[in-house]
Amino acid sequence: MNQVLHLDEGCSHTRPPGVDEPILSVEGLVVEFDTSRGVVRAVDGVSWSVRAGETLALVGESGCGKSVSALAVMRLLAKPAGRIAGGRIMFQGQDLLSLTEGQMRERRGRDIAMIFQEPMTSLNPVLSIGLQLAEPLKIHMGMSDAQARERSIELLGLVGIADAERRLAQYPHHFSGGMRQRVMIAIGLACNPRLIIADEPTTALDVTIQAQILELMKDLSRRLGITLVLITHNLGIVARYADRVAVMYAGRIAEEGPAARVFAAPRHPYTVGLLRSVPRLDRARGGMLETIDGAPPNMLHPPTGCRFAPRCRWRQDICATDPALRQVVPDQSSACHFAEDMPPPPQPLSGHALAPPNAGAMLLEVKGLTKHFPVRMRGFFGGTATVRAAQDVSFRIGRGETLGLVGESGCGKTTVGRVVLQLEKATGGQILFDGEDLATVSSRRMKELRTRIQVIFQDPYSSLNPRMTVGGTIREPLRKRLGFSAIKAQARVEELLDQVGLLREMADRYPHQMSGGQRQRVGIARALAMEPDFIVCDEPVSALDVSIQGQIVNLLAELQGRLGIAYLFIAHDLAVVRHLSHRIVVMYLGRVMESADRDALYAEPLHPYTRALLDAAPIPDPEVERGRAARALTGELPSPLSPPQGCVFHTRCPLADAQCRSVIPPLREIRPGHMAACIKI
Amino acid sequence: MLRYLARRVALMVPTLFGVALLTFIMLRVVPGDVVEVKLRADGGYVTTEILERERARLGLDKPLPVQFVDWMTGLVTLDLGNSMWTGRPVAEEIGVRIGLTFQVALMAAFISVLIAIPLGTISALYRDTWVDYVVRIFTIAGLAVPSFWLGMLLLLLLLTVFHWSPPVTYTPFYENPLQNMAQLIWPALAVGYRYAAVVARMVRSSIIEVMREDYIRTARAKGVFERLVVARHAMRNALLPAVTVIGLEFAFLLGGLVVTEQVFNLNGIGRLFVEAVSRNDFVLIQALVMLLAAVFVTMNLIVDVLYGVLDPRVRNA
Repeated sequence: MNQVLHLDEGCSHTRPPGVDEPILSVEGLVVEFDTSRGVVRAVDGVSWSVRAGETLALVGESGCGKSVSALAVMRLLAKPAGRIAGGRIMFQGQDLLSLTEGQMRERRGRDIAMIFQEPMTSLNPVLSIGLQLAEPLKIHMGMSDAQARERSIELLGLVGIADAERRLAQYPHHFSGGMRQRVMIAIGLACNPRLIIADEPTTALDVTIQAQILELMKDLSRRLGITLVLITHNLGIVARYADRVAVMYAGRIAEEGPAARVFAAPRHPYTVGLLRSVPRLDRARGGMLETIDGAPPNMLHPPTGCRFAPRCRWRQDICATDPALRQVVPDQSSACHFAEDMPPPPQPLSGHALAPPNAGAMLLEVKGLTKHFPVRMRGFFGGTATVRAAQDVSFRIGRGETLGLVGESGCGKTTVGRVVLQLEKATGGQILFDGEDLATVSSRRMKELRTRIQVIFQDPYSSLNPRMTVGGTIREPLRKRLGFSAIKAQARVEELLDQVGLLREMADRYPHQMSGGQRQRVGIARALAMEPDFIVCDEPVSALDVSIQGQIVNLLAELQGRLGIAYLFIAHDLAVVRHLSHRIVVMYLGRVMESADRDALYAEPLHPYTRALLDAAPIPDPEVERGRAARALTGELPSPLSPPQGCVFHTRCPLADAQCRSVIPPLREIRPGHMAACIKI
Repeated sequence: MLRYLARRVALMVPTLFGVALLTFIMLRVVPGDVVEVKLRADGGYVTTEILERERARLGLDKPLPVQFVDWMTGLVTLDLGNSMWTGRPVAEEIGVRIGLTFQVALMAAFISVLIAIPLGTISALYRDTWVDYVVRIFTIAGLAVPSFWLGMLLLLLLLTVFHWSPPVTYTPFYENPLQNMAQLIWPALAVGYRYAAVVARMVRSSIIEVMREDYIRTARAKGVFERLVVARHAMRNALLPAVTVIGLEFAFLLGGLVVTEQVFNLNGIGRLFVEAVSRNDFVLIQALVMLLAAVFVTMNLIVDVLYGVLDPRVRNA
């Protein structure tokens, strides 16, 4: 606590939230970018403000202008392409746009700090942490080397980095992603700024680390009275941490108001759609997700009138005229002609409940799968170490069933998927597909079986050949593997495009002419082309925006219901997995922690790691969030090169004791069909 | 670090051995040898007997594997053998010329790096302005203009405008630095122009790339002075690829001096090389190839060590 008092010295800007004039207000901001295809108005007359001590969340999907408007506040837009074409940015009664570059530089890092999305690339790889941390202290506060060092040590302690003195001499690559983000926060805090702008600060991090970082930011901003502008696409984060929220769409503000009110009674159809399309952890799935149709507009040619109208379910004739952002109820504004009628009652959810698991008809059975990767160590005679990417993993998937495989990065979930696909050879164990062991089957037989096992990849941008048309991509396996004639293949391509909800004429397009969601549909069509029994879906929606995620999740569910395909659904997001899966396997550091039927797992998680994962994921509802205790899992993910002895989770487990350090807990059936690997339950 | 170095040095041996083997075979595959050139060059009649005797004297009659082993043993004991043409030790032939060539190469490297780094940086920072265009024209010309031709232009310019031509005889630097410089600065400029152009273009593109990195934005968001953003945050990252080019170009430079030495009438390694090849002087050719290969490999090593110094990620890996 001493440290905090010290930090507070000389700055008395801890005022009760919401009393004061705004500390920062953006008024009618217009930002334009020159591109090779014309001028894009990324931000078009946006206004938002934040009062001292408050946390404002800017929410929206990629390309909506939320990051751009924040960078404009810092006057750090990419030059020369980006420019501020209009508006004012008032900070402490002064228009930041009227300052000279030199005056603006003095404010950056001193009065306003910014934390960026990508901790892995936001720190300079060739400069020591100490130097990067001391820089603002020396420049803004005129500290000497010794003073800056002392203060840096204090700051690292404040953001929870132990052994600060030694770590100052280290370089970014010595730090994990979460630790780097802590360093970024320390840099942000260095000069006691009045305002911190955090641009998707946890998007690149695992869910348990995300919770740690957000708790830290919330705690520090409260204690030090720092105003926070939080940019995010994650509605759960907004619900948990924001006082106010501004929802952006296509370069404009759709809705603005207190977070609690916006979540309880959204006044813009876009907000309504967003809130309803997020798969939620706290709700049992009820068939299809409600989604927003279509995709955000191309900002080169934004639609006239209401920009959301083309995707809006409640569109009327009047929507061809531009709705102004206006106050609907005190303190809450919306840019919709029908804001008063919002929110409409939820749509009756259309059919297609999850296909019932076809019990008995086993399709894939994985028994004791183990995969080790040798890793060369440094030095001439360094030898090799072994990464145990998967240890004794077992599960079964029935026909037409979905198994969700969940865990944080490095838990081995993708490795398991790759081994099942036989892209990697297993070190041990059996993979029985329809009774045949894929690990020992001849390569000729495997080739035949491959048509029945397909894959959908995470990244719809890099998993399609950019020089092949969509039709060509889908047609290739039909012609080459199934020996279709050109005419027959063409007919099948059209049928597949229909099935995944793409227009037939899109067959002639190239991947770069399509949006992320459309590309993922192409990936699904390619997988469906072989009429598989089984598809490995490796994080198929994690690269997509919320409103698009829902569409793809629905499509996968619908295809399963219609075609009886089984999925191995790999994801890090428990909410998405919950929505689609019949059974769920939770992995940590290469081992299965828990495996259970969906409802049992979410209703009564047994393993402390599963519980931690569920606790860490914020739920997009401030009411619910208020009732949840913030229990962020402590510690970092250990290196898979040297996993902890005994139970791999004991280093971070709240229940762990001496016994856990020596005994590797077996996966045992605690309730019928509900297995967990923990000796404490 | 020491371990890493030892490993790198150890890896140089197989590389050099490979070069030796290839050179040896290639020279033997091509018909003709030094004896033919020497004795039959003027079209005079020489009996086969005399040719054979001369070959025996030079060891050319031995089976190829034996010749190769002999050469290798010589290399290991640092005995490069005698020139087949002059009969003088190869080490001596190279020794009297190597100083000049290395000096020219070093001067060229020094001048061009001194010009190229600031030029490339300015060009990147003022991208797509007239400054950048001027630099780009200057550097593209450097790539296009052959250095020997530039050398001739330089000589002509000095002669017609200043009515002065550089000294013809070589004076070692330690005897008379001024005289030495007056002679060697011109070839250094002639070959250094291309060198500077290559490095400047590399520096330009890598600064442009680095300035887009997230950590540059972070530095600016901290309120770091723009000068410091470039000098501290961008330069060290941008120099990494430039160091590779500087190192490899230096090695190329030694080979590239062949023609330029002719133009400036310098008796250096390049010239010796041309002569050795025209005379099929196997021993000398082999020694020179090995020398250049050694320079190449060493430059590579130096580049890698510099990488370690500049980039902490390499240092610890």
